[in-house]
Amino acid sequence: MSTPLPINACFIPPLLVGFPLLGAFLLPLAVKVARPLRTALFLFVTAVTSGLALWLAWVVLANGGAPVSYLFGAAKGAALAVPAADGEMPIRILFHIDAASALMLGVTALTSLAAALVAVCSEAGATGKRFFYPLFLLLVGGVYGMCLTGDLFNFFVFLEITSLSGSALAAYRIDRGLAAEAGLKYACVSSLAGLSFLLGTGILLAQHNLLNMAAIAAHFAGAGLTRLDLVALALLVAPLLLKCGAVPMHHWTPDTYSRAPHPVSAFLLVSSQASLYGLFRVVFTIYGGAEGFPARTLGLALLAVAVLSMFIGVTMALLQHDVKRLIAHHAVSQTGYMILGAATCLFVLPGAAQVADFGRDALAGSFFHMMNYALYNGLLFVGAGAVIYRTGRRNLDAMGGLARAMPWTAVCFGVGALAIAGIPPLSGFASKWVLYESSFRLSPFLALVAMVVSLLTLASFVKVFQSMFLGPEKAGFAEVRDVPMPWGVAMVFLAVLTLLIGLFPGVVMDRVLLPAADALLHPSAYCAIFEPGVP
Amino acid sequence: MSRIVSYIARAAWPFCLVYGLYIVLHGHLTPGGGFQGGAVMATGAALMMVSGAWGAAGREGHFRRAEGLESLGLIGFIAVAFGGLLFGAAFFQNWLANTGTSFFGLAVVPGPNGGVMRTAGTLPLMNLAVGIEVFGGISVILCALQRTFHHADGDEDGDDIPDVADGEARPGGGKPVEQVIAAIRGEEAGDDD
Repeated sequence: MSTPLPINACFIPPLLVGFPLLGAFLLPLAVKVARPLRTALFLFVTAVTSGLALWLAWVVLANGGAPVSYLFGAAKGAALAVPAADGEMPIRILFHIDAASALMLGVTALTSLAAALVAVCSEAGATGKRFFYPLFLLLVGGVYGMCLTGDLFNFFVFLEITSLSGSALAAYRIDRGLAAEAGLKYACVSSLAGLSFLLGTGILLAQHNLLNMAAIAAHFAGAGLTRLDLVALALLVAPLLLKCGAVPMHHWTPDTYSRAPHPVSAFLLVSSQASLYGLFRVVFTIYGGAEGFPARTLGLALLAVAVLSMFIGVTMALLQHDVKRLIAHHAVSQTGYMILGAATCLFVLPGAAQVADFGRDALAGSFFHMMNYALYNGLLFVGAGAVIYRTGRRNLDAMGGLARAMPWTAVCFGVGALAIAGIPPLSGFASKWVLYESSFRLSPFLALVAMVVSLLTLASFVKVFQSMFLGPEKAGFAEVRDVPMPWGVAMVFLAVLTLLIGLFPGVVMDRVLLPAADALLHPSAYCAIFEPGVP
Repeated sequence: MSRIVSYIARAAWPFCLVYGLYIVLHGHLTPGGGFQGGAVMATGAALMMVSGAWGAAGREGHFRRAEGLESLGLIGFIAVAFGGLLFGAAFFQNWLANTGTSFFGLAVVPGPNGGVMRTAGTLPLMNLAVGIEVFGGISVILCALQRTFHHADGDEDGDDIPDVADGEARPGGGKPVEQVIAAIRGEEAGDDD
């Protein structure tokens, strides 16, 4: 572990939130100058932000995963506490980026870029772009903020930003009220989640006078947990499970993902991933090092959630005929896999030997699946969106033989479908394999469920691919062409990434995923910034 | 609304704006600030709309101007934050405070005093930006609500009198509220009553 950079030595973190916001506010003015300028500015801002995010991720990982800190409004190398005397804790907002955040930044950067390319095409002929692009940039900025922040209240603020812009975007094309209903549902459950999270944060603040994640973690590591801290833990974990769409709080996912505009569906996945990242952060970093942390109980509960999510998600998906709704149910099932790895690691957290044996791999597998899932499920949503965009049909029974008319879409969607089903050499296989192996060590039952669910996923996507792209051509598709160029570029981009990760999983594992898992398993590195002055 | 109401509203409008601006600009000295002051200014706009002092003719113009104000306020806020990065050391840094310039750069005077306006650096600027943003944002919401109500009432010209009597076909897409709700639900509006 190399030495951490001094505070504010890296200027990138605030720009990742600042640029999308500036872009969002400039867009309404840009359109008054010239209409194409708006599209160009939207793409430019997204691309620059993605580039900066990847750069920051590289800085963190190249520095051995030592956290990069950015203190808002402070001079370079400033003191952390204001004032430092009397054990006063910081009132400043801190962005704290370690290897786990860096991984999420990379995922957000890649997916937002692809989603922005798709958005430019899918919304090209539609009205109301005045609010669509700014809301999309707000969503992107909010997700970056969730990945960057080192402060619980700040996390809540960004959670609300993503919830508000996400629900507005989900309801954007009213669609005879169906999308409006989906957006409203998302808004309601999100605000419920936000309030619960705020209550948990408030309990921690009231007890310890702390909001900073690293400071709370350092305090817990020294002083242990009170009963009220456990109440706060439940209030923090439940809303984040809700926001990432785990059973039994998954009821919003099919509606919201399936009725949102196609690029928004693809990017809402990443906002759910950011909630899951927040869950890992709360459980492992903040509470993980504390005396009296009920790791086994919480691990068991999360294992149950994981198994239920995997199984219920996939069995519901088998019944669907609406292609985007089907993929949305698979999103629930895939979320189960991610929780499975983390829950396995959490269950064995008290035993250091077991963590080193397979717990660390399970957590890395969780991160691996998060990364792959954002890419291939995003690919599936934009691929299915391409078919809906060109044919105007969502029902699988009404499609057929489209591979001739839309070869690029067919190939890319096929890659995504094989990846989600866990077929080698694609990325889904690699991450699922890590999860099978590590969860098998805890209980063969878990690995068995994961494998059966994977088989059912394969069965489901064979049906989808066959009925969309193969077989005789249905009537009414004579005019269908492949998608516009930027949309195709986005799909090929995601498909190539899925293939590359699947071909070189070892590189990704060693360079990105194991550092990310280590960052969560060793909270002391994350809290190092607070060690000297902690009361 | 009667002519008296709209006349009084017209007379109160500049006072609403001045009072709102006062709260905004003294945000760093007294209770209040950008949001509260902006809301007071927007209350004036609400008064003008409800009293009918702003007729239907200029409604689209108001909408566009309010949107422009909203963007302007937001850009101003983020620009001041970026200013911290350009002129100081960090994003959101208060790079103007205690610089000695008379543009909000004077040192804060401790102890009981009348309050020195030109202190606190970027705080008043951010208050101003938030004030403009909130004024614009709430006005946008009010404009949108007003448009929707008149639309739902079949009152396209906004004079609070339905353009045609009930039971007739309404020109210009105006529909009774029940029909609008039914259309949102995707049902055909039944005429069972």
